[in-house]
Amino acid sequence: MGVYEALQIIVPSAIFFAAPLIFTALGGVFSERSGVVNIGLEGLMVIGAFTSVVFNLTFADRFGELTPWLALLVAMLVGAVFSLLHAVASITFRADQVVSGVAINFLAVGLSLFLVKKMYGKGQTDQIQVGFDKIDIPVLSHIPVIGPLFFSNGYIPSYIAIALAFVVWYILFKTPFGLRLRAVGEHPMAADTMGINVTKMRYIAVMISGALGGVGGAVYATIISRDFSHATISGHGFMALAAMIFGKWHPLGAMGAALFFGVAQSLSIVGQAIPFLKNVPTVYLLIAPYVLTILALAGFIGRADAPKALGTPYVKGKR
Amino acid sequence: MSSNRVTNFLVPVFAVLLGMLAGSIVMLVSGYDPIAGYSALVYGAFGDSYYIGETIRQATPYILAGLAVAFAFRTGLFNIGVEGQLIVGWLASVWVGVSFDLPKIIHLPLAILAAAAAGALWAFIPGFLKARFKVHEVIITIMMNYIALHVSNAVIRSVLSDKGFKSAKVHASASLQSEFLQSITDYSTLHYGIIVALIGAVVMWFLLEKTTKGYELRAVGFNQHASQYAGMNVPRNIILAMVISGAFAGVAGAMEGLGTFGNISVKAGFTGVGFDGIAVALLGSNNAFGIILSAFLFGALKVGALEMPSSADVPTELVDIVIALIIFFVASSYLIRLLLSRFQKEGK
Repeated sequence: MGVYEALQIIVPSAIFFAAPLIFTALGGVFSERSGVVNIGLEGLMVIGAFTSVVFNLTFADRFGELTPWLALLVAMLVGAVFSLLHAVASITFRADQVVSGVAINFLAVGLSLFLVKKMYGKGQTDQIQVGFDKIDIPVLSHIPVIGPLFFSNGYIPSYIAIALAFVVWYILFKTPFGLRLRAVGEHPMAADTMGINVTKMRYIAVMISGALGGVGGAVYATIISRDFSHATISGHGFMALAAMIFGKWHPLGAMGAALFFGVAQSLSIVGQAIPFLKNVPTVYLLIAPYVLTILALAGFIGRADAPKALGTPYVKGKR
Repeated sequence: MSSNRVTNFLVPVFAVLLGMLAGSIVMLVSGYDPIAGYSALVYGAFGDSYYIGETIRQATPYILAGLAVAFAFRTGLFNIGVEGQLIVGWLASVWVGVSFDLPKIIHLPLAILAAAAAGALWAFIPGFLKARFKVHEVIITIMMNYIALHVSNAVIRSVLSDKGFKSAKVHASASLQSEFLQSITDYSTLHYGIIVALIGAVVMWFLLEKTTKGYELRAVGFNQHASQYAGMNVPRNIILAMVISGAFAGVAGAMEGLGTFGNISVKAGFTGVGFDGIAVALLGSNNAFGIILSAFLFGALKVGALEMPSSADVPTELVDIVIALIIFFVASSYLIRLLLSRFQKEGK
């Protein structure tokens, strides 16, 4: 097997695994750029996955092919509403943001499994019947060499995820809204003095992270797991968090890191089929994303600086 | 000052009450009977000697995990990596437990010390990175959790078994299991670990409150600059605080490895004990005695929950919801303090 054939296995499956991470990591960028730590990304993905699967199972007959898209929208809304808990606790009640995020994770798993048992009488839902279609992107998929690798036979949400990273970059760095959001995360008092409503900006940022986390979970559940149980989302939210940090709190960096983690994940699954990876124990591939994040943070791969006001509640009038 | 102390005591009590209240609302809304649900919970935690034994057994690792989180909190660190340190501690204790043949008086302490050392080592890395490179410990410890999970699974598959899914049972000389404790509790899985956990609580209290080193550790947690100005070695104290916290977490793992299970199996996901330790520490106000109380509360909730599906038809996950809400309310203590101070003002 040549290198190109190996790439043909690895690249599409990397994009496939990366999509949910990209959505969620972009959500994390919003929240953390505004100064609110969001360890709750994992829980938000759980809620998104749960919502999308339940919606899909319930309404598949009525909406047919549209179901997964509507499920995505509903998961987005529910994720945004659920993240309000984190926003209220950490912004209004000045709770420790990490603790509140941990509580979000507990609550999401508890609540969604409680409801699954209530609705279906067992710990796991059925498999969903309607998923996303695979498509070839017109024009781009005909480019020789890279066309078949990157633009053929992929799921639409994967391409949306990659496009969204550029949109988020534009919003954060090229619009007044983005400037305000970043200002609130770097120096809330200065932002407040300039007439920016710090509380409102942070609420908006956390809710966007909830919405995107919900989409991330929904995409994972619809494309990869196709059902919901306690093990559906196991650490993907934390991996998205890692991608966000590895990407230095930058949307495009986060996307790149998520794609890279996607490669690591896909290698740990399809690696056995590729000759020169067959002898590498899977444990190295499994821990690679985490080890790399630690190295990145320790400054071995360039310095990663968090937003200055990250993790501190803003109390008006307090120096 | 005294009213402040009363408030500090009332916040966790209110948080538990609010959490339970919210839990009963969840049960009502979803069509279950809250009274039947909570009666089943109480019966399942304290109903007869078997259940009491199970509750104490569940509280054992919770106490140690809570101490680990609290020790870090008291020294200004957030150790979310207790879960990973617990797993490597579990692995190390079983490893020592199956590979040596020694008299019990040496073997058992050796296995527990090995667990403490493994947990300490796992916590040393984030401590060192924080002290040397100023990297936030929360992210590193989360990453270390996953590395611990995958590495220990790999070790179990390759070293502790022949590509199997679990290790052999630890030798009797390293086991904490006790026929006496089992027989007085109607053959529950209660073991001598509870004594180790209670000793751990005393050690933490003594270390933090009664020694110079403990004072230094707390001082660095309060204000790094002031401590440095007073001549304390800040980086060394940060590393030491993480290492001690990790050692507690490792011993919590030994409780599972040498007591409850007696071996270690390949894990698909986390045990959850380390994360629950965060809740235990928060509810116990990071105080050794408070942690013992809150560990028993959470142990009772977790064990009692198992009775809820059969007697009251309520899913066990209700307890996870209640625990999550308790954390929320403790974390948002600003809200409870605000309400309490309103009450006090009106009283005057």
